[in-house]
Amino acid sequence: MAQTSEATGPIITFDHVVKEFRQRGKAHAARAVDDVTLSIDEGDVFGIIGYSGAGKSTLVRLINALEQPTSGTVTVMGQQVSSMRESQLRPLRQKIGMIFQQFNLFSSKTVAQNVAYPLKLDHWRKDYQDKRVKELLEFVGLSEHADKYPSQLSGGQKQRVGIARALATNPKVLLADEATSALDPETTTEVLELLKRVNERFGITIVLITHQMNVVQQIANRVAVMSAGKVVEQGRTYDVFAAPRQEVTKRFIATAMDGLPDQARIEVMRSQWPGRLVSVLIRQHDITDAAGRVLVPASGQDISELIARHDVRSSLLYGGIDTVQDIAIGAMTYEFTGDADHIDTFLADLARHSDIVDFGTREHPVDYDTAVARAQLAPPLEEEATRTRRTLADDLEMEEQVDDAVEETPTASQQEGSTR
Amino acid sequence: MNAITAHGVTLASRTDWSVLRPLLGQSIVQTLQMVLITIVIGGALGLVLGVVLYGTRPGNLFENRVVYRILDILVNIVRPIPFIIFLAAMQPLTIKVVGTSIGTSAAIFPMVVMCTFATSRLVEQNLVPVDHGMIEAARSMGASTFTIIRTVLIPEALAPLILAYAFLFIGVLDMSAMAGYIGGGGLGNFAIAYGYQKFDQAVTWTAVIIMIVLVQVVQAIANAIAKRLLRR
Repeated sequence: MAQTSEATGPIITFDHVVKEFRQRGKAHAARAVDDVTLSIDEGDVFGIIGYSGAGKSTLVRLINALEQPTSGTVTVMGQQVSSMRESQLRPLRQKIGMIFQQFNLFSSKTVAQNVAYPLKLDHWRKDYQDKRVKELLEFVGLSEHADKYPSQLSGGQKQRVGIARALATNPKVLLADEATSALDPETTTEVLELLKRVNERFGITIVLITHQMNVVQQIANRVAVMSAGKVVEQGRTYDVFAAPRQEVTKRFIATAMDGLPDQARIEVMRSQWPGRLVSVLIRQHDITDAAGRVLVPASGQDISELIARHDVRSSLLYGGIDTVQDIAIGAMTYEFTGDADHIDTFLADLARHSDIVDFGTREHPVDYDTAVARAQLAPPLEEEATRTRRTLADDLEMEEQVDDAVEETPTASQQEGSTR
Repeated sequence: MNAITAHGVTLASRTDWSVLRPLLGQSIVQTLQMVLITIVIGGALGLVLGVVLYGTRPGNLFENRVVYRILDILVNIVRPIPFIIFLAAMQPLTIKVVGTSIGTSAAIFPMVVMCTFATSRLVEQNLVPVDHGMIEAARSMGASTFTIIRTVLIPEALAPLILAYAFLFIGVLDMSAMAGYIGGGGLGNFAIAYGYQKFDQAVTWTAVIIMIVLVQVVQAIANAIAKRLLRR
């Protein structure tokens, strides 16, 4: 086939896709997906993250044509699904597995019958069906539950049946629509591990819809952030985590990473530690563009060395470092004590190669919002508050501001160091 | 003499079962015949009509507002008509279809029509609660609409559907009792002709008890099946 030469090319392409839903009794349609252009490469684990109502579930349903776009084209495995009739779509859908938040298992069928269902649709011979079902249940570790009904299984087990069923006809693509949102954290990790194996062992491209940033962090190699129907940011997962450009992205990252303390925690720390409270962002690597140009430099890599060289007294109070795609990322909060000028010099030196947030001392505190704003970071806000506050206009405005801000970051923190 | 006369009607103080027993047997056969034929034909047509009602609902498998509105109104018009009046109103159509407007088979035709409409609404109502997620899952695997109806929708709603058909059985039995009015037979006719009109309570109650037993047996079977299905 001609396609083998571009095996690593995009397997799914969105080209200026718009999806509108007519609303009863309203003059204009609701736009769930707004001019999305996106490509997903074969073998990717592609995370699409956004708050509920951001349009991500609609976006994923355009891939297997459960929804048809209002305009624009969706191409999957070289076929333009957005112009295909329902009957033409059937063979293609067998090559696109899908799993769901509520699992959507057939409650009147046993586990084995659920997994066999797509094989029946594909008219497999009965003995082949049985063999394949056995194989799949072994893969997801549910062999002993073959004859149970879904209601007898736990949430995690149900989703594993869902995965087995979705993999039955050897699909090339697996769509996961909030597949872990109904699960507890431990089970979530279990299911994500399974999805990772699916990707690694069978080379299946996974498109993962979620509102949980830690899900993206754990398995996605690429991520797109959706807000109000638009893809506002996309890139390699580490890059997006390490240098989020959009406000909405920063808020998602704050929910996944415990690195930067929130305002209440700073107040508690200040009541106990009178010295200079400073958060240092940790980024193990530079973030580069395709040409290798450094977009955002690494941060916090020389902090121990600088503490030793400047001979400042430091206490590590708070922090969190996590890995994204096996690269360390996070923040540490220190209390520095001693002569104020001495600390200023040290901080100026530190800020040369690191992003820092200076909260000041108990005697000369820096207001939380001001400190974070100076460092051009987003405070970890409550999810609820952001959901009501976000609008499309905000996002567009934010984009311009943040674009400028990224370049200014090092100088901004340097200035701050010298003004104190 | 052990018979008394009142208003010119002879009241039998002792029921003559040697005459009535064969008539009763015949009536039971006629009732079962009417009810079973109606349930099988009307039930099947009602299932189809019910699936169409469900499927054409806004947001469903083959959404079609116009078809849904028309069928919905039609069902709403037919269902509330008392069966005894429906029987009379259907007479011209019955003659066209069956060839006669009297007798057991003439009763079956309007029974099938009424049963179809009643079934359709019950089927629709029992399909509505089936989780849309399962239908979407089947669609995502490439199942056709007909396959989804056959392999997902109906199996998922099977337990309540069986109970609905048991409920219908009682309704159809009720309808069959009125067949006597147009010269049909059956237990209803037997109770009225040989019980009520002859002031013979024993005959009336014999027919009533047989009908109660019939209903109990059908309901018990349906309950047992539904319970087994729901235990999943």
